[in-house]
Amino acid sequence: MSMRDLRNLFLAALALGLVALLPLYDTGYILSIATTMAMFTVLATSWALFSGPTHYISLATAAFFGLGTFVTGLGFQTLPMWVLPIIAAGLGAVLAALVGLVTLRLSGVYFVIFTLGLAELVRQVVTWVQNRTGQRGMYVLTSITERDIYWQLIGMAALVFLVGWLIARSRLGFALRIIGNDETVAKHSGIDTAAAKVLLFMISGAVAAVVGAMMAPRYIYIEPSTAFAPILSFQVVIMALLGGTGRLWGPLAGVIPFTLLWEFISRNAPNQTLLLLGIAFLVIVYVLPGGFVGLYERLRHRFGSGGH
Amino acid sequence: MARVVLEVRDVTKRFGGLVAVREMVFDVNHNEVLGIIGPNGSGKSTMINMISGTFPPSSGSIRLNGQEIAGKPAHRIARQGVARTFQLVRLLPELSVVENVIAGAAFGHRKRWGAEAESFARTLLERVGLGRQINMPVSSLTYINTKRVELARALACEPEVLLLDEWLAGLNPTELETGIDLIKSLRDEGRTIILVEHVMDAIRSLCDRCVVMSSGAKIAEGTPTEVLADEEVIRAYLGADEDA
Repeated sequence: MSMRDLRNLFLAALALGLVALLPLYDTGYILSIATTMAMFTVLATSWALFSGPTHYISLATAAFFGLGTFVTGLGFQTLPMWVLPIIAAGLGAVLAALVGLVTLRLSGVYFVIFTLGLAELVRQVVTWVQNRTGQRGMYVLTSITERDIYWQLIGMAALVFLVGWLIARSRLGFALRIIGNDETVAKHSGIDTAAAKVLLFMISGAVAAVVGAMMAPRYIYIEPSTAFAPILSFQVVIMALLGGTGRLWGPLAGVIPFTLLWEFISRNAPNQTLLLLGIAFLVIVYVLPGGFVGLYERLRHRFGSGGH
Repeated sequence: MARVVLEVRDVTKRFGGLVAVREMVFDVNHNEVLGIIGPNGSGKSTMINMISGTFPPSSGSIRLNGQEIAGKPAHRIARQGVARTFQLVRLLPELSVVENVIAGAAFGHRKRWGAEAESFARTLLERVGLGRQINMPVSSLTYINTKRVELARALACEPEVLLLDEWLAGLNPTELETGIDLIKSLRDEGRTIILVEHVMDAIRSLCDRCVVMSSGAKIAEGTPTEVLADEEVIRAYLGADEDA
């Protein structure tokens, strides 16, 4: 580990520590936005762990997230709270493995459509089960406050950053970059491409399920149409791409401005949030192909290499 | 007797009704350069693709050092010691030149990682004739240099058998001379190479033996001089009067 790694690690830990102090300052509106940001930071960063290097765009986040919320919804009365995220992680990983084994042979747009369909499929199945058993939604009434959720999410963010950092330095991370560049070369270089992709997809699916499990108490009332809302998948993708997936901190750089904008628009013009999503997408495609990370790299390139 | 590294027995490949390769039989000995030659569409690349595991043969057996590899996935075959280059050069554009070579070293037959892999990659790049260009972005390399990087990547796992699929194609006369010398020097290092090639000069000066394919089947085998004098081979390449 070099001095630079140590410095980055220290700075990241310091930043997370400072961010974790926020609830001491405010427990109202600001904390509410910060919780949303923390949630999207974890989701977008873990999404980028898989989709960044492989260029496989997954729209399945809502499926894993929804699964997690239902784990909490069904289990919070009978099981200790700390067990629920662990169960959610396990189920999320299993679901991701199943989906991965079936779909990661698909490439490009087929994979995108399948993952979008998956979230919808899971939602329909849950709805069907609920109809059969005469249930509707579920109330998740706990003593967990927004502050607790916020701290849980910050802890998750720390974990995801650490995992991402370790993967990037590992042979697995290198293998994924090769796969993203040319899968044929990857195979002929001895990389088990299917295993590498499924593994990363499992990590990202497990994280999304854990976030869902942690967020459930915040919603109080959960039902399939909100827990598996496809818009979540799109938000995660847009934020991650807006920030850029080339660096670990990229998605975070997209989450902060996008969440603020989203908040602003949904307060002042609640019907125009989809428009924002569309415009953000156009901006990414036409103006910021590599996201803010790409912009940063270009600027750094133009004004001399700067400090490395 | 020379040690047999690769044994190809009765290998056939059908694509639907088309038989692309028909009952091919040949051996590759240790420290030998075997040329697979033949007119366009005679099944040479299909043969290479089956050995490297791009797709499985429809029937038949391919053994590497006695172990069956036919039908195994490409990454397994690569780990067992088959490395290849591609007819159309395939580099990893977002990776640096050195990383492109490490890609071949990190997961293959002899695995290297970290500082060891990097210094090995640099050694190989120098070995194939890349000097200052090592730090250039992949996109700004000249054609022959992209081929050099690809060759270094294939060498990076220290393969038992190296498959070169028209590695010399598309080079200008000066580059061709350099290229032939480079491959010759690899042979002198004791490597085992299968060469799919059209360039006759290269075949004559590089190959210890040649297998000639036409319409998917082997029509001749022997030293370059022998096979290039073979009547059936000449007929396959040039066509014959009685066919017209």
